[in-house]
Amino acid sequence: GGSGTVGPAAGDGGPPAPERVLFPPTFSVSEIKNKQRRHFMFLRWKQQQRKEKLAAKKKRRKEREALGDKAPPKAIPKTIENQRVYDETTVDPNDEEVAFDEATDEFAPYFNRQTVPKILITTSDRPRGRTVKFCVQLSTVIPNSHVYYRRGLALKRIIPQCIARDFTDLLVINEDRKIPNGLVLCHLPDGPTAHFRMSSVRLRKEIKRKGKEPTEHIPEVILNNFTTRLGHSVGRMFASLFPHDPQFIGRQVATFHNQRDYIFFRFHRYIFKSEKKVGIQELGPRFTLKLRSLQKGTFDSKFGEYEWIHKRREMDTSRRKFHL
Amino acid sequence: RTKTQNFCRNEYNLTGLCNRSSCPLANSQYATIREEKGRCYLYMKTIERAAFPRRLWERVLLSKNYEKALEEIDENLIYWPRFIRHKCKQRFTKITQYLIRIRKLTLKRQRKLVPLRRKIERRENRREEKALIAAQLDNAIEKELLERLKQDTYGDIYNFPIHAFDKALQQQDVESESESDAEKEDEEEDVDKREFVEADDSDLSDFEDMDELETSSEEEQEVEKKASHSKSKGKTPLKGPARRKRPYIEIEYEEETEPTSKTKAA
Repeated sequence: GGSGTVGPAAGDGGPPAPERVLFPPTFSVSEIKNKQRRHFMFLRWKQQQRKEKLAAKKKRRKEREALGDKAPPKAIPKTIENQRVYDETTVDPNDEEVAFDEATDEFAPYFNRQTVPKILITTSDRPRGRTVKFCVQLSTVIPNSHVYYRRGLALKRIIPQCIARDFTDLLVINEDRKIPNGLVLCHLPDGPTAHFRMSSVRLRKEIKRKGKEPTEHIPEVILNNFTTRLGHSVGRMFASLFPHDPQFIGRQVATFHNQRDYIFFRFHRYIFKSEKKVGIQELGPRFTLKLRSLQKGTFDSKFGEYEWIHKRREMDTSRRKFHL
Repeated sequence: RTKTQNFCRNEYNLTGLCNRSSCPLANSQYATIREEKGRCYLYMKTIERAAFPRRLWERVLLSKNYEKALEEIDENLIYWPRFIRHKCKQRFTKITQYLIRIRKLTLKRQRKLVPLRRKIERRENRREEKALIAAQLDNAIEKELLERLKQDTYGDIYNFPIHAFDKALQQQDVESESESDAEKEDEEEDVDKREFVEADDSDLSDFEDMDELETSSEEEQEVEKKASHSKSKGKTPLKGPARRKRPYIEIEYEEETEPTSKTKAA
């Protein structure tokens, strides 16, 4: 016991005789000034809490066994997805307004099958080996895509050229310290521009148990968990990268899975072993994206009209609030 | 500090090195070129003004034209020692060249450095890992693929018997129910046969149904083989248990009578 002199602290008996002391009801452990004693009291309080919790659990279990079949169903554990703050922009599948919007926004020509996607992949200046390899692999994953080197060309100038040559999307991979870390996806004829932060990029050779190279077949697209309006528009952006009719012979699927505002991209080959079991094998690169900003027009850093920017001070305040 | 010479820290120094001949403090008659906001000035110090520190350095604005400025330097430093004149002109040349380069660079794209914040980086990485674990990607993808299979987005490519007949049962009327029941029984036996009676696979009663199954998968393989050779090589690691069945199928049934039997199933 380290407490020396017994001070006149409120209701504090020394460590040897705690049971007979009654604390006044407004007393809390944090009010004791002496650190050692405070620490000791806090530990004791914690032990007490733990004991109570254990006792409560035992009691509940006994009740459950006693009731047998009539016992109330087990409570669902709380997860972050369960506790997510309800976002009022969540899309209801039957919402007409949303459907109307989507029929008239910039992706309508794609979804009406009027345009075939043609993608230009490029990097920031002086790409290093990893980024170059990643670009090449991306171009094998996305059909009808071309990789061009950027040799100091301003984006604002290459955009009109792209439009003239009939590209539908522009994908710029930004690089920092020899690894790709940012992605700018620009839907071309005047479409929205999305800027992402890219992380955990794995090239094909770094993926374990991968299969052969992706073939030329058009893959299927899976978009998971894009619930809000913002998520919907981002999801449609991704969907418009791929041609509309997947070739099921190819058995390849590209997945964009949104979880807590992180979008995970994976590319798999699947096979149905029976009608209840499917096997998937990962091929192709993988990366995760986090949306930083969404701009209405094409890429323009100064005069563009931002539809959504991630503002850290305002948006990161709650751990249960997600925007995509 | 180089091996042989020091650098001079005085801002009026002409060459930048600490020598007796190029120290502005050591020489009472001295001149330098300095530039301010893109314009070059010639600074001169003479012995007459040594007593007036405020008026010590005399400043002359040089013209923007390179040759004219050189002439101006010459006429201002007309009777001055050769060393100072020469070094002034050299310094002036260097300064104009770097000013030109600055102007050119500002026209090109500038690289904007955004500082990373360590706490935020770490927080985002941790959240990403947790999101990855919560996502359970493989399960989600498998579920989605099975959903799509159930909703028949793949059409008739995959012909799993029990599944197809479940759907037929739900969708069709009573009379076709009996028909599908009969077929269902056959299919069940057939499935058994496919599992453990692999050696014995010539059963005439189920000939048409077996035919339907195997030719459909065979057609799939043929189409795939036509499509790309590398694909078939890629398939083998996945299709472990199925691989055993393939040699039999290829050897025994090599004709395609698939369309007719398929319509019967639907």
